[in-house]
Amino acid sequence: MARIPAYVPFLVVVGAIGIPILVYAALGIGERVLAHLPARLERRTRPWLWLGLPLVLVVVILVYPIVTTLGTSIMGARSETFVGLDNYRWAFSGTMLGIVGNNILWLVVYPIVTLILALAAAVLFDKVRYGPLAMSIVLLPTAISFTAGAVIWSEIYSFQPEGSPQIGLLNAILHLFGFAPVPWLIQPIVNNLALIFVAVWLHLGVATLILSAAIKNVGGDMVEAARLDGAGEFHIFASIILPNILPAVLVVLTTTLITSLKVFDIVYVMTNGNFGTDVIANRLYYELFAASNFGHASAIAVILLFAALPVALINVVQFRREAK
Amino acid sequence: MSARAPKRRGSTGRWARIGVHVVVVAIIVVWFVPTIGLFVSSLRPQAEAASSGWWMAFVRPIYTAQNYELALDQLQTASSLATSLAIAVPTTALVMFFSVLGSYALVRMRFAGRTALSLILVALLVTPPQITLVPLLRLYYMAGLSGTLPGIWLYQTGFTVPFGVFLLRGFIASIPEELYESAHLDGASELRIFRSIVLPLARPILASLGILAFLWSWNDLLIPLLFLGGSPLAPAITVNLSGLAAQTAQGRGPLMAATFLSVVVPLILVISMQRHFVRGILGGAVKG
Amino acid sequence: MSSVVIDDVRKSYGGVEVMHGVSVDIPDGSFVVLVGPSGCGKSTLLRMIAGLEEISGGTISIGDEVVNDVVAKDRDIAMVFQSYALYPHMTIFDNMDFSLKLRGLSKAERKERIDKAAGILGLRELLDRKPSALSGGQRQRVAMGRAIVREPKVFLFDEPLSNLDAKLRVEMRSEIKALQHRLDTTTIYVTHDQIEAMTMGDRIVVMRDGRVEQCDTPLNLYDRPANLFVAEFIGSPSMNFVPGRFRHEGAERWLETEDGLHLPLPPDAAGEEGRRVVYGFRPEHLVLGDGLPATIELVEPTGAETMVLLKLGVAEVTGVFRERIVEPEGATLEVWPDPARVHLFDPDTGMRLA
Repeated sequence: MARIPAYVPFLVVVGAIGIPILVYAALGIGERVLAHLPARLERRTRPWLWLGLPLVLVVVILVYPIVTTLGTSIMGARSETFVGLDNYRWAFSGTMLGIVGNNILWLVVYPIVTLILALAAAVLFDKVRYGPLAMSIVLLPTAISFTAGAVIWSEIYSFQPEGSPQIGLLNAILHLFGFAPVPWLIQPIVNNLALIFVAVWLHLGVATLILSAAIKNVGGDMVEAARLDGAGEFHIFASIILPNILPAVLVVLTTTLITSLKVFDIVYVMTNGNFGTDVIANRLYYELFAASNFGHASAIAVILLFAALPVALINVVQFRREAK
Repeated sequence: MSARAPKRRGSTGRWARIGVHVVVVAIIVVWFVPTIGLFVSSLRPQAEAASSGWWMAFVRPIYTAQNYELALDQLQTASSLATSLAIAVPTTALVMFFSVLGSYALVRMRFAGRTALSLILVALLVTPPQITLVPLLRLYYMAGLSGTLPGIWLYQTGFTVPFGVFLLRGFIASIPEELYESAHLDGASELRIFRSIVLPLARPILASLGILAFLWSWNDLLIPLLFLGGSPLAPAITVNLSGLAAQTAQGRGPLMAATFLSVVVPLILVISMQRHFVRGILGGAVKG
Repeated sequence: MSSVVIDDVRKSYGGVEVMHGVSVDIPDGSFVVLVGPSGCGKSTLLRMIAGLEEISGGTISIGDEVVNDVVAKDRDIAMVFQSYALYPHMTIFDNMDFSLKLRGLSKAERKERIDKAAGILGLRELLDRKPSALSGGQRQRVAMGRAIVREPKVFLFDEPLSNLDAKLRVEMRSEIKALQHRLDTTTIYVTHDQIEAMTMGDRIVVMRDGRVEQCDTPLNLYDRPANLFVAEFIGSPSMNFVPGRFRHEGAERWLETEDGLHLPLPPDAAGEEGRRVVYGFRPEHLVLGDGLPATIELVEPTGAETMVLLKLGVAEVTGVFRERIVEPEGATLEVWPDPARVHLFDPDTGMRLA
């Protein structure tokens, strides 16, 4: 049934157990050598012995590619000729405009919908006895891959022309109430929103968890005091809870922004970018494999990177503040 | 605590409470039903599935295991699951190992550039993977890593280690300095302290990191899609599913079965280790 | 052979010297207490002896060996930390066993040593528990057990009792002292509590601002403080200080305070007419009886003795008396500093005179 080459289990053991043991042994040898150095030199050298391998990994997989991509983004399709900003001009013209526009739609809708739903869930789950169960259920999809989520929701969005039995859940419900079926994945704008909702469904749990933890951290005394002062539930939420959970709100917004930027799996699986749903990451895949245009691919990758920079900056600032 | 604030008995209060239940139940339904639908669909015969929605299985209960047989037999699902395991297990182990190594050194040892290094790692947390693809495809091709398992481990480990270091550093910093000093005076070397003090104490947070690393690796589509092409191995389960989704020749039943098999592993993991999972998400609440 | 010699030790952080040439000789088998207000450098000095802090200048020797460049783990020193620093994931047995295992002792020897230490400290019943299941006092004992199983050259204690309640602290004080006598291992003990210092140390090193103010036996510190700082620091309630001048008239000599009171001088006091001095006497050396009138400001009876805050001329002084004081506040008492126990200090240098 399964055709797995015989060397695979061996390789897995080497990777999962052998490499750590080897590295540990290498550290041991390194420490032996360090022990013979003068105390000061030993202290100076030790961090690099320990950090060496993790750093090399990060440099090879992240730092080196980032720098190189900046270079190839101003080169031609095969990275042989210098083309200046041509690739960037291409990235903001013609069909690319629609694609960038879709990403902007994601960037606006996905964070806002997630934030609102997650706030509602975090607040309301706290008010019912089965709140923990609800939280567990909302967390379940966070274990599911974007790919599997896309498959699951493709079924739910499934569309048959009017008159045929609707086997997709959404259109069956519409039919039940006497409405015409909607081609969820084909009709422009609706299809983008349908894709965005899949991402909401998959990651609402994470956002709810983060906000819920933050809300629980807001002092009960403060809420009680406001209640004694005669504040209504909504007023308490708006003027006591919300201002106190802004850092958590920021985390939810930044994580969803990043997801919107790099979203690939859902679009690739559900529409493959057809019907006006294409996004930058999916186009990048197309440029890499179908068009083999490394210049275009690099340029739109750099655009993604720069779009992510503000978030990186926010994180760095937050981190420095917390470290103090 | 019996001293409860008196509840408002007015009709607005009651309607508000009903409203709360309606919203919460609606969220539960929307978040639970799709997974149920997937499972039920995977058990329905092709003829049934082609003519009616999965909910009709509750009206006309006709079930079959045939979809699973087809999925395992013809769709390479078993081999794909094996490939995904062969990707995710070593990746998880390596992420945990290198992250704890890196965060221990970063937190415990003093050296020039330590703060700068921490900040760079934080900035790298949100790097879109796309930025790495062009150079790494070339590098992998030249280094012979294309289409190999170690190539995928390398990528996913390198990509996740900044997060791992970030998640662990807070925990390792919370181990009191005196514990390390005490171990030093007891005659323990740096390596011994790492093994006998840091690793055992970090076990819970390492479990959290492990779950997240496993989920990300298992659920990743882009990297195995790009870097595992041309290998003798079956495609990773996500890659396999994305291919199946595009074609409808086999009917949807086997696809549902394969999809369900692909989500069972992470679902069991998250359900059985929910506490660690939650701690991981809350501890690392910054990554995109 | 495990005396500790600290010779002109200095410590700087980023060019700022915080310890300015500290020298202390600690003989083999003695119990030395480092005491001083917080920030005086006592803990830093202890950590330098342990090898946890770098030494910027001078030398520290253990036995006959200069250990400046010996790393902590090779100095054969055991330390009891203020927080105990027990390994939370190990049982009590494993906590004590950790260092022995690292030293490669045989299993039988390890077991024997741990059993012996557990016996001395009353920990036998607790050996398979984790630290989190122990009370504060028990944890404190485990920390000591972990130190004594090692049979190290030197014990270091860093404020080990400050996390215990008052009653337990008094008990542990005598227990540690007894243990040290029994083991006869050189011990260096840091505390900010001068009662702890006085009751436990064979010798006390009083430190301030990175300098040694005085190093002596407890009673010598009490009886002959070398300067104003030590005089004020040792003893509770603190010594009274009254500024004034020497006066002679024939064979008679006395001290004249700024507001004209005459106070008796010790028999051996010498100094030229008109010289400025600080006149010090301990509250318990103020005696009732014919002497100077003092107004009662506050009376605090403790049963065994009575502490009285008095106004002597313009000076506020404290007296501690065995007698019960029944006079109300505002009444006048006649008091007299016992001239044999008066201390004189130079007001400019703060040093003891004669």
